[in-house]
Amino acid sequence: MTILQLRDVSRVVTMPDGRPLSILTGVDLDVEPGDRVSVVGRSGSGKSTLLNLLGLIDAPTSGELLFDGRSAYGISGARRDRLRGSAIGFVFQQFNLLQRRTALENVLTPLLYESGRNFWRRRAIATRMLENVGLGHRLDSPPERLSGGEQQRVAIARALVRRPRLILADEPTGALDLETGGTVMDLLERVADETDAALVTITHDPNIAARSRRHYRLDAGVLTGAVA
Amino acid sequence: MRGVGGRFLTDVVGAVVEAWAEVRVHRGRVLLSLIGVGVAVAALTGVVAAGTIAEQSLRESSERQGGRAATYSVSAYGAEGQTVPTGDIRSAFAEATARYGIDYATEHGYTTEDVRFPDGRQQVQAETVDVPFGQMHRVDVAYGAWFSAADERRLAPALVVNERFWERIGSPDLRTHPTVKIGDGITAVVVGVTPSPSFQTDPTMFMLASQVASQQTAAEQLQQGPPSFEVWIPPETGDELSERLRGDIAGQLGDGVQVEAYRNDYAEQNAESLRQVQLIVGGIALLVLLLGALGLVNIALVTVRGRIREIGIRRTFGATAGRVFFAVLMESVVATVAAGVVGVLVAVLVLRNPWTIEIISQGVSDVPAFPVSAAITGLIAATAVGALAGLIPALVAVRVKVIDALRY
Repeated sequence: MTILQLRDVSRVVTMPDGRPLSILTGVDLDVEPGDRVSVVGRSGSGKSTLLNLLGLIDAPTSGELLFDGRSAYGISGARRDRLRGSAIGFVFQQFNLLQRRTALENVLTPLLYESGRNFWRRRAIATRMLENVGLGHRLDSPPERLSGGEQQRVAIARALVRRPRLILADEPTGALDLETGGTVMDLLERVADETDAALVTITHDPNIAARSRRHYRLDAGVLTGAVA
Repeated sequence: MRGVGGRFLTDVVGAVVEAWAEVRVHRGRVLLSLIGVGVAVAALTGVVAAGTIAEQSLRESSERQGGRAATYSVSAYGAEGQTVPTGDIRSAFAEATARYGIDYATEHGYTTEDVRFPDGRQQVQAETVDVPFGQMHRVDVAYGAWFSAADERRLAPALVVNERFWERIGSPDLRTHPTVKIGDGITAVVVGVTPSPSFQTDPTMFMLASQVASQQTAAEQLQQGPPSFEVWIPPETGDELSERLRGDIAGQLGDGVQVEAYRNDYAEQNAESLRQVQLIVGGIALLVLLLGALGLVNIALVTVRGRIREIGIRRTFGATAGRVFFAVLMESVVATVAAGVVGVLVAVLVLRNPWTIEIISQGVSDVPAFPVSAAITGLIAATAVGALAGLIPALVAVRVKVIDALRY
């Protein structure tokens, strides 16, 4: 079943002087399980807004956004929040790790919003996840003591600890050198493969975009794509 | 249903875990902001506890002196100053109390008896009472027992003595029925010992009025003057019943005898004045608590503004607006409850340390335990302050827009 469907989605914001500003126009996009999608575009082309829409953080001004075949905005805000937590994992350019908390505490934080068995076993699950990304020996290290690559691996472990079906990566290698960036992408793809999760990468790096199976370009709010 | 209950439980536990982690991470800042709250809770708990202890002590000592609420004293005297024979008042009082079905009625007078202690003779003050007096005045008995109906039938008078008296006769085991010579060589049996506060140094005792009367001549009784008579009746009907009792006794004693009945216990009045002091000191403590809360709100607001990005990140993990609100509120509550527990412990340490107990025990024979109600009041105040102080930052946190927070 298609995870996410965008049908003729547009996003318009109102400027401080009252004029409307169109950020996205007529976007159509389907994301299937196990998909590898990349979106490239210049700064200000609407990449972040698209990511926010895909992550159910922002609502479209018009058009339809379906998650698992149902309108994502036909349900309550709390249910949408819970759906986001359980089905979508975010990887940010600046890692966004919680400061003064250890790697383990960072990774188990999303599990605090779980219910049932996974909530009570959060420490064991988070430990296993960190071991899976090769950081079993840095469980008690706070972000300040980790290298950039290690921090992004912690962020990946945190994004995937609830086994999401859709991973949204916003410039995941933007803050890393070329070699570390390649290693981090290898890891992200491997872990996504293990759970058959779809991976949508938003980047301006053609090398990172080339790793995906489907490529899109965002230009002045218009998404144009070509199947590779 | 199980799913909903399970989610609620994990939501609550999760919010508390989050709150505790947050408090732990910012412990330096939290500790500083909580000193005021802790001190105020200690003051509030201490005031409530000290007030409760003082009220209890005052009530007990007041009840020992004036009887429990509502105790009425009945006295009779000649309209032209002549003394009314004690026997006449006694029989009129007995008949009237029997008529109105009053079980708790006692004679209460004072006399002195010559007591032969092992180390010499001494005049000892004695209160002459009936058996119900013990319950009416909540008389504590440390050893042995208060008078019973069987003691009234004894040939040898029964005595309930104070601890100093008991010590003077060598602190004997009361199961051995220790005796002492009183008056003109009459053998009396000690049946009970009342505790003595540290300031009391003289021996005193209680005797049954009927046994004292049988030893005294009419002339001796006249010389001593009439005792007072007391009844313990329900406060709500006290005024009406005591008035009827007074009229009944006056009718029996005939013209020319003035009978008066007046309320004798002062527990209520004492409690009222104590309550006022408690209100003033408690009010000051509440004000301190409020100031502490204001400081807490200030720091919590600054902190929450510094955590906007973190709140945004948590929202991407699936934290609902309600959960963010509850978690921020809980941070404040968890912190103030921790400060409250410390404050209550400080209050307990202050009031239960040997020096304070020694000071309190100079006024009462039995120092009451630390009142649980005071500890509960302190903890409730701490929780309420935490909830109030957490409310504004929680509202700020919930208004954070996820998109803006992630860009922050």
